[in-house]
Amino acid sequence: MLNWRSKDFSWVDFFIDLLRIAIVVLILVGSWNTLASGRITVAQWVNLFIAGLSQGSIYALIALGYTLVYGILLMINFAHGEVFMAGAFSTVFLAEALNRTGFLNDSPFLSIMLMIMFAGLISMTVAILLERIAYRPLRGSPRLVPLITAIGASFFLQYTFRGLYGSGFKAYPQVKALQGALQIGTISIPIVQLFVFFSALALMLGLYWLVERTRIGKAMRAVSENKEVAKLMGIDIDWVILFTFGVGGFLAGSAGVINGLFRPQGVNFFMGFIPGIKAFTAAVLGGIGNIPGAMLGGLFLGVIEAIGPNLVLAGLGIPGANQLKDVIAFTMLVLVLIFRPQGILGERLSEKKA
Amino acid sequence: MKRLFLILTLLSLLTAFSMPALGDGHCDDALGCVEVGPDDPIAVGTMLTVSGAVSFLGEDSQGGIELALLARGETLLGRDIELVVEDSLCSAEGGQAAAQRLTADETIVGIIGTSCSGAAQGALPIVSDAGMLMIAPSNTSPSLTNDDIDGGGAHLPGYFRTSHNDLFLGTLSAQFAVQALQAGALATVHDGDPYTEGAVRVMADTFAELGGEVVFEGAVNKGDTDMTAILTEIAASQPDIVYFPLFEPESNFLAAQLLHIPGLEDAVMMTAAANFVDAFPENTGDAAIGIYLSGPLVSGDAYEQFLVTWDEEIGGTPPGGYHAHAYDAANLLLDAVEAVAKEHDGGSITIGRQALRDAIAAVENYPGLTGRLTCQDESPYAGDCATGTALAIFQITEAEVYEDAWPPPTVDWDFSAASD
Repeated sequence: MLNWRSKDFSWVDFFIDLLRIAIVVLILVGSWNTLASGRITVAQWVNLFIAGLSQGSIYALIALGYTLVYGILLMINFAHGEVFMAGAFSTVFLAEALNRTGFLNDSPFLSIMLMIMFAGLISMTVAILLERIAYRPLRGSPRLVPLITAIGASFFLQYTFRGLYGSGFKAYPQVKALQGALQIGTISIPIVQLFVFFSALALMLGLYWLVERTRIGKAMRAVSENKEVAKLMGIDIDWVILFTFGVGGFLAGSAGVINGLFRPQGVNFFMGFIPGIKAFTAAVLGGIGNIPGAMLGGLFLGVIEAIGPNLVLAGLGIPGANQLKDVIAFTMLVLVLIFRPQGILGERLSEKKA
Repeated sequence: MKRLFLILTLLSLLTAFSMPALGDGHCDDALGCVEVGPDDPIAVGTMLTVSGAVSFLGEDSQGGIELALLARGETLLGRDIELVVEDSLCSAEGGQAAAQRLTADETIVGIIGTSCSGAAQGALPIVSDAGMLMIAPSNTSPSLTNDDIDGGGAHLPGYFRTSHNDLFLGTLSAQFAVQALQAGALATVHDGDPYTEGAVRVMADTFAELGGEVVFEGAVNKGDTDMTAILTEIAASQPDIVYFPLFEPESNFLAAQLLHIPGLEDAVMMTAAANFVDAFPENTGDAAIGIYLSGPLVSGDAYEQFLVTWDEEIGGTPPGGYHAHAYDAANLLLDAVEAVAKEHDGGSITIGRQALRDAIAAVENYPGLTGRLTCQDESPYAGDCATGTALAIFQITEAEVYEDAWPPPTVDWDFSAASD
């Protein structure tokens, strides 16, 4: 709301309001120019939207790991991108083996389930070890200490997996059942993108059910609310924290396989870095610590990244608009931090939690 | 006691300062000499890409160098040949770091590398300033042999290459697109690397000269995985052919996602030598089938024998397309060392650095594995030793994707028509 007419006028508020207006005007002008030019067809817009939704659902799955850990420990686990990589990189060998034997295409859905379980377990193990070895000894230390440790753990995991599997690129084999597209008039939606979106959605709903409807979920919420009181109620804090890391890890590993079905190429030891950063951005966008917020943030970021360059930047005549995809993502983060620091669905945190 | 200490110190200093002068007694070269003692090996530096995404280029060239050494019994002028290996990664920073380490070693006679043009741009100023020389087996960027610094050229004395200039490859690709494929509209994609930028520039310029229209010129970032946005932009331009001389994995992502974009279902895809590697079709999957690939073509009995030796000594087939160029680079350097080395009493030898550069610059009609090599000294081909004849257009088939076949077959096209 514009507040520069009020009695409490300040130049900072005036500047921020001006910034808000400028951003809205730029978005409207860019979008209008693009849509008026008719360069991109409806079918192509729908294609961009669906691809963004699929990419966003992968961000959301990873973002849930960040948000779960933040919700319970108030720490940013910057090694979470590598937890994602651990599952995705390890499972590419299983996928290759399933493909070689023909099982992948004979029983595609069973194979995918197997791959998701395998990747989930690998990532879960890595996440649990991370918590047990790197973070638990530092519990109670100043918040900067586990943050720095997380960055160190991230490098450690990258180079451990480089040592294990080499520095070359691998690719997930294509699943024939997921090839082809669903044709609706002139609009063509790749089946693999629909599969990615709905399987990610199923996992997210599963997590929501776990947190909201089960006994361990209730314990997680209790620990998140107040560890000391939860302990007095007889909840094993260490176990709940370990479980939370495990669940986040499982989701990240699953996201690794789903990502492999969506974007089969580029599997290597460094593959977790950018998705990790994007997922963190998504978690902050949605409101860190808030589970539906992480889901929404991921989807929002994926769609904005896919549509933004062509809709807004190209319309403003910015050359090489698609190269600025990451700029859009991180600008969104900055804008959210300026205008709504608690995120889209986040609540204002007390001084203690902030 | 004090006086004795002073005398000893002065004597030590005198000896230390007079050593280079004693050495220079053998050397009258403008850039100085490498001195090799009677029992010392002759050191050759390599700065290839041996780690990371394009390590196949380094492994490919390393194999070629090792086989060249093996063919000489790993000796030169009665001495062992020692390889000093540094990794130039595939970046300007990597090239810079590798060059600094190699130029600090005064026993190195010359360097073979870098693999990537980007790394060469970082390494070349250091190598050139140090009076050394480098022979690149797989750099193809036109800027490296162009000495018009204001116009984007980066050539400096001491730079040579046995790989083809992209001025040749880009021209061939454009001629093939226009004359053989009858393409009228071209879209190009690079990633900001000097190699990819140079390749698309030549392709686009030649395509336009031949009467085609360049409808889209864009770039992706290294590390991008989602190519939907740029491909949608490309589709809006309605090209007949999309040319993307990118490295893996960006090239895999682009090729695989292109087929899902409405409006690009019928577009022809063409890539270049950076993807001349057996992993490219496998990692791209079905989408790789039908992709045209421009790259080096080496043939002949000597090359067939080379492949047999590779299988015996290293195992399997070379992973890339520049092993023969590396073989030629090693031979050029070692032959030049042999030609300019001066033997002295006591068995030591000196190798003049300027003499070595001059010997390579004077190479003419050299019988290499990749064909006849003639090193040129005029920009935009300064330092180019390959003449651009050993090139071809390949097309990936199902065999490369599913049966590990490599290299892909060349297309049936009259290459002689290309020069018209």
